[in-house]
Amino acid sequence: MNFGRQLKEGLLTQNPVLVQVLGMCSTMAITTSIANGLGMGVSVLIILTLSNIVIAAIRKLVPDKIRIAMFIVVIAGFVTCVDLCLQAFVPAIAASLGVFIPLIVVNCIILGRAEAFAYKNGVLASAVDGVCQGIGYTLVLLVMCFIRELLGAGTLNGIRLIPEQYPVGMLTLPVGGFLVLGTLIATMQWALSRSKNKEESK
Amino acid sequence: MTDYKNLKLIATSNPHIRGSETTRSIMLDVIIAMVPALVWAVFCFGVKALTLTVVSVVGCMFFEWLYRKLLKKPQSVGDLSAVVTGMLLAFVSPVTTPYWMILIGDFFAIIVVKQLFGGIGKNFVNPALAGRAFLLGSYAGVMTTWVDPAAGKAPLLGGAADVVTAATPLAYMKGSGDAVAASFAELTAKYPVADMFLGKTGGSLGEVSALLLIVGGVYLIWRKVINWQTPVAYIGTVAVLTFLFPKAGSNVEWMLYSLFGGGLMLGAFFMATDYATSPVTKKGQLIFGIGCGLFTVFIRYFGSYNEGVCYSIMVMNLCVALIDKYTKPTRFGVVKSDKKEAAAK
Repeated sequence: MNFGRQLKEGLLTQNPVLVQVLGMCSTMAITTSIANGLGMGVSVLIILTLSNIVIAAIRKLVPDKIRIAMFIVVIAGFVTCVDLCLQAFVPAIAASLGVFIPLIVVNCIILGRAEAFAYKNGVLASAVDGVCQGIGYTLVLLVMCFIRELLGAGTLNGIRLIPEQYPVGMLTLPVGGFLVLGTLIATMQWALSRSKNKEESK
Repeated sequence: MTDYKNLKLIATSNPHIRGSETTRSIMLDVIIAMVPALVWAVFCFGVKALTLTVVSVVGCMFFEWLYRKLLKKPQSVGDLSAVVTGMLLAFVSPVTTPYWMILIGDFFAIIVVKQLFGGIGKNFVNPALAGRAFLLGSYAGVMTTWVDPAAGKAPLLGGAADVVTAATPLAYMKGSGDAVAASFAELTAKYPVADMFLGKTGGSLGEVSALLLIVGGVYLIWRKVINWQTPVAYIGTVAVLTFLFPKAGSNVEWMLYSLFGGGLMLGAFFMATDYATSPVTKKGQLIFGIGCGLFTVFIRYFGSYNEGVCYSIMVMNLCVALIDKYTKPTRFGVVKSDKKEAAAK
């Protein structure tokens, strides 16, 4: 197990959003304000880590044929826990995230990591993988929120930074989500291919 | 006698005969064709119309230059296509648009729509229209505030003409039933058809004068820069539909006001004919024009916007690949049985 390598994979080379292109629906829909992005990112991080741990623990008991159903049951259990916690302690964020919290059940990142990593690796490694991938997801969400909220609404976490007449409202609409995400993915691919070329030329 | 032994024969691939046309010369023609409308805009709306256009053009050229420079690509500012985009974007904006706003539109048009997709010829929608749609989505308030040119007193002479906002003719023609009948009567009383044709109504900077836009369009057709198919099919479709289904007034009256009010002439001659985003074949251009006309009328009649030219052209831009596919001319030597065989496959 290599914590540093897993962290690097989660943040950069195997970033769930920008490289694996998973979890697009939530990424596009909720990245209109920093608070939303943080709430969503942390929720996914917690659920991903916990479900990775449980799935890694029970992976030898689960028959191969029904593993996907098992994953969903485990994930749905944790999503319900997190959903109820959010509603109890931060009702404002729960209200603004709305249906996207229950939808984490079918978030491709969590299912994907369960299938690709937790089902094949030990408990500790899976936990670390969950944390790293979760951080990668959260960071991308925050970057998108930052760009879209600052340029689209002129605020950051509700505090007005740009006078009301200037912000480009289009960026808070779905169109803006696609534009910002596309630009980020392109930038990421460019950076990755550049570092790859550098390594090869060495 | 020619000394064949020492004659240098250089082998190059075809084409061997080149016309004198270049992108630059074509774009220059388009710019020339837009000048009358620009002069009229300055006459109507004041010097701000000219400065706004200049700012927009400079912005477009700067963004184009910057992108090509940063990405170390061959410089393409010289082909003047950025100038055309800048002019068109200014033409479809109200004269009251602030300079910083038009620069955001320039950025979107040139960087996002044009350069990110590979530069000139590779954009899939018209950059100027996309820039306008972007601005309209972001700043709906500013982008739908129109100045009444009739209210400005000698704006050319610098006098701070009070900006009197006015609804565009199309706003009077929106709605249904008795409401539209009343507002249409108001419109016909306010502006006679001649005013509509000459361009004394409120509207975007460059769209008001149908006459001067037609002059520019005819110049482009005469110079063979554009084919007549797209504009004629476009305007014809709108004319037929509005003639057949007037919402108020007489058929002819409603048709004329529909044709001259709004950006139809500008769109038909200068935007729907953009090379990169319109079909290659003449048959395809006819279909393209008819499609634009249908969508324009549909949006004006049933949509929530007053004007449908911008979106109708953008929607049809997206269909160009399909239209091109189905209007591909038969290759030389292909006979009917070949076609059947190909269809059966």
